[in-house]
Amino acid sequence: MPRFRFLAPRVLGPAVAVILIAVLGTTILLWRGGDETASGAPLSFRLANGMDVLAIPDRRAPVVTHMVWYRVGAADETPGKTGLAHFLEHLMFKGTADIAPGQFSRIVARNGGQDNAFTHYDFTAYFQVIAKDRLPLVMEMEADRMTGLELTDAEVLPERDVVMEEQRTRVENNPMSLLQAEMNAALYGDHPYGRDIIGHKEEIETLTTEDALDFYNRFYTPNNATLIVAGDISLDELRPLAEKYYGSIAQRAPTFERKRAHIAWPEEDRRVVRRDERVHEPTWLRFYPAPDYSNAGAREGAAFDVLAEILGGGQTSRLYRNLVVTQGIAASIGSWYEGSRLDAGKFGLYALPRVGGALEDLEKAIDAEIELLLADGVTAEELERAKTVIAAGAVYARDSQRAMAYAYGEGLMTGMSVTDIHEWPDRIRAVTANDVLGAARSVLTGRAAVTGELLPGGGA
Amino acid sequence: MTARALFGILLAAILFLATPLSAFEIERVVSPGGIEAWLVEERTVPVIVMEAAWEGGTVTDTAEKAGTANMAASLLGEGAGDLPSQAFQARLDDIAAQMSFSVDNDYFNASLKTLAEARDEAFALFALAIVEPRFDDDAVERIRAQIGVAVARNRQSPDWLAADAWYRAALGGHPYALNRQGTPETLPRISRGDLIGYTKNVLARNNLKISVVGPISADELGTLLDKTFGALPAEAVLPEIPVVEVASGAQTIVVERDFPQSVVIFGAQGMARDDPDFIPAFMMNYILGGGSFSSRLMEEVREKRGLAYSVGTSLSPLKKAAMMFGQVATRNERVGQSLSIIRGELRRMAEEGVSPAELADAKTYLTGSYPLRFTSNSAIANQLMGIQTENLGIDYVERRNGLIEDVTQEDIARVARRLLRADDLVVVIVGRPNLSPTVEGLPETGDMAPPAAPGRQH
Repeated sequence: MPRFRFLAPRVLGPAVAVILIAVLGTTILLWRGGDETASGAPLSFRLANGMDVLAIPDRRAPVVTHMVWYRVGAADETPGKTGLAHFLEHLMFKGTADIAPGQFSRIVARNGGQDNAFTHYDFTAYFQVIAKDRLPLVMEMEADRMTGLELTDAEVLPERDVVMEEQRTRVENNPMSLLQAEMNAALYGDHPYGRDIIGHKEEIETLTTEDALDFYNRFYTPNNATLIVAGDISLDELRPLAEKYYGSIAQRAPTFERKRAHIAWPEEDRRVVRRDERVHEPTWLRFYPAPDYSNAGAREGAAFDVLAEILGGGQTSRLYRNLVVTQGIAASIGSWYEGSRLDAGKFGLYALPRVGGALEDLEKAIDAEIELLLADGVTAEELERAKTVIAAGAVYARDSQRAMAYAYGEGLMTGMSVTDIHEWPDRIRAVTANDVLGAARSVLTGRAAVTGELLPGGGA
Repeated sequence: MTARALFGILLAAILFLATPLSAFEIERVVSPGGIEAWLVEERTVPVIVMEAAWEGGTVTDTAEKAGTANMAASLLGEGAGDLPSQAFQARLDDIAAQMSFSVDNDYFNASLKTLAEARDEAFALFALAIVEPRFDDDAVERIRAQIGVAVARNRQSPDWLAADAWYRAALGGHPYALNRQGTPETLPRISRGDLIGYTKNVLARNNLKISVVGPISADELGTLLDKTFGALPAEAVLPEIPVVEVASGAQTIVVERDFPQSVVIFGAQGMARDDPDFIPAFMMNYILGGGSFSSRLMEEVREKRGLAYSVGTSLSPLKKAAMMFGQVATRNERVGQSLSIIRGELRRMAEEGVSPAELADAKTYLTGSYPLRFTSNSAIANQLMGIQTENLGIDYVERRNGLIEDVTQEDIARVARRLLRADDLVVVIVGRPNLSPTVEGLPETGDMAPPAAPGRQH
């Protein structure tokens, strides 16, 4: 992604060591959607050419967030050409017959806007945040590059070097990313979720202008795209603009039916141990196979969210309370459910020992907590607290138009409906203690998991 | 993806905002007890956000006990009044309130976000945290251990290593150059008494700024202000902090680590926030390297040559120091080439200033994008806090775009001559860089010994 990046601040505020379980190449939204307005779910419609349109009104400032999401991502690349979805995302900022190379972002900026894009396994999206009166401008420009991208080696080859630098920053310079890459490969096997979104280095290096244009011409078509505008606009105001700028685009290719390889989960527990001399303090991680939200169904998906909150969601979670506060063997610990995927998700655990502590002791203590939860389930108090925190997250998300646009886009790209996303807080509130226990049993038992250790020392 | 800052407080540089924004009104609320806050009453979303900042951040730390302010901040959510740590956290989670405390160089910062329906309980817990922190021994030792882990892990990060070495090279023994989280040596020295002393000295009423945004009226807030902050001591006790300048004279420091991509930070003396030329300097920085995809450095280093994914510059005006930073991350063999191009751009701008088109583009971006900083309650609260801590005045939101519009090419040429000294930079590189500006004959691999020893001057 062509995100511009500054260094992270030197020091994190709160002391708790924060580990970044970064999903490579994507923006992470902590809360995945939902809102509780009395006004109901955001309204949508479909243009005659198959492009979906969604408006998420928020009238506080005369500003809009304009996003176009394509239903194609890194998981749709052909073997030998990994990295192509993300590489094309960079190249979309080059030029068309009307926009000179490199001018897209400059025009947006000249109009007081900010723009960027991101690539994930199941989608690629482009966005601008800009004053409401400039919305037609960015819609025209975005529509223009849906069909009119022009690329030559003069722009493509330096950009490929930029992507190689991005790969170094995100992956090669980052031992945690290297560990997670190996663990994902162990978890998902040959399925595309088992490789980095940014692609294999040796394959990125060989991608060509023609590869990028082929991918573009196959997948970038209105019948494969969704428009989301959040901010100072209603669907009634958006409709004529959407018709004018996007409705006139003819379908360029058949609608892409995403049929991915079946995931062959590991048959037995796997352990990935990675030693790196750049590492001083060890890290422990575990990935369990899990369904994604759309395949889990609303009830089980919501139960996974609640389980992750109760087990390791915050400072009152079981793992924190028992391993950090009471036993004092962990410095940081947590669990999360990653359900915003099309084909499958994962349930994750991470832990950092105190300085000098051993991963073995940590793992034993974590396994004991899991056994306890599987045996006794969760208490009514834990359940209520977790549901309150998650449901409040949906209200807090409404404070940000960009977070809302992202939450709906991500959900829609991964098999959810507008109603599913809107009603998510209700699904959370309906979760029972038995649901949580059922979710725990389905994900934490009877399935092989991948455990990862990042350790100091030489060798890989 | 809004302002991304080098080094925390630099945010303040970008913070200075404004266009006439008719969408909201900033109200100065003074409680019956005399406590002032800036309020934007905003009823769209049932979320109240409060930001508070006390002057007296990590700059109050001594070298002997570096990390004291940060450790105190880390412990404020860890038990207060009759509530030990876990009980306090449970009360917060039961109402899903989010409370955090942190320190930057100049300020101790607090943030409270609550659902409107849980307002009174959330503010009461906040008051307890700042007025009656417990500092129980078990919590102190746990947090000490947790910070110890963060401190140890920092030393694995090329970005952290680069920033740390830069501050020490540029600011020497000034408190700004201390590790904010402390070091393995200083952390064990911090006692419970030090933590209590820090909070008693810093959390007072006369060094406090407050911003509140959300569905709450001025009257309601006035009452809450007294309940929340009224029990704090009237006067803070803060050490005298000397002004420090970035060390003059070129330095290039290499921190050798086995990264295939070097992380480079370069910097020099910057521009104080109250300098009459700060706004021109801010615009100059935008055109040079602050403007995301539109900057000269982005064009020359990334777009034309593919040398880096990230490259940019920023201003960091602290209370007692003003810095200008740049950073680039590039594969080891291209470090010398990238730095040579960057220095060339600094020279070019110092000698020639900027073009009329560049100035016009900077103005339309900076003025036009100003409302983008006010799209959420959290964002507005942040902006108000920046305006308050930088003493820009409650009307700054209305004045700011006019200040931008008034800047001329001559203004920018003047500050460019003053700030951009390509041959007088403090440069830190973490990796295994090739410092030669040419890459001819060098193998295309990531591991080659640097020709320069650490600390070499050139």
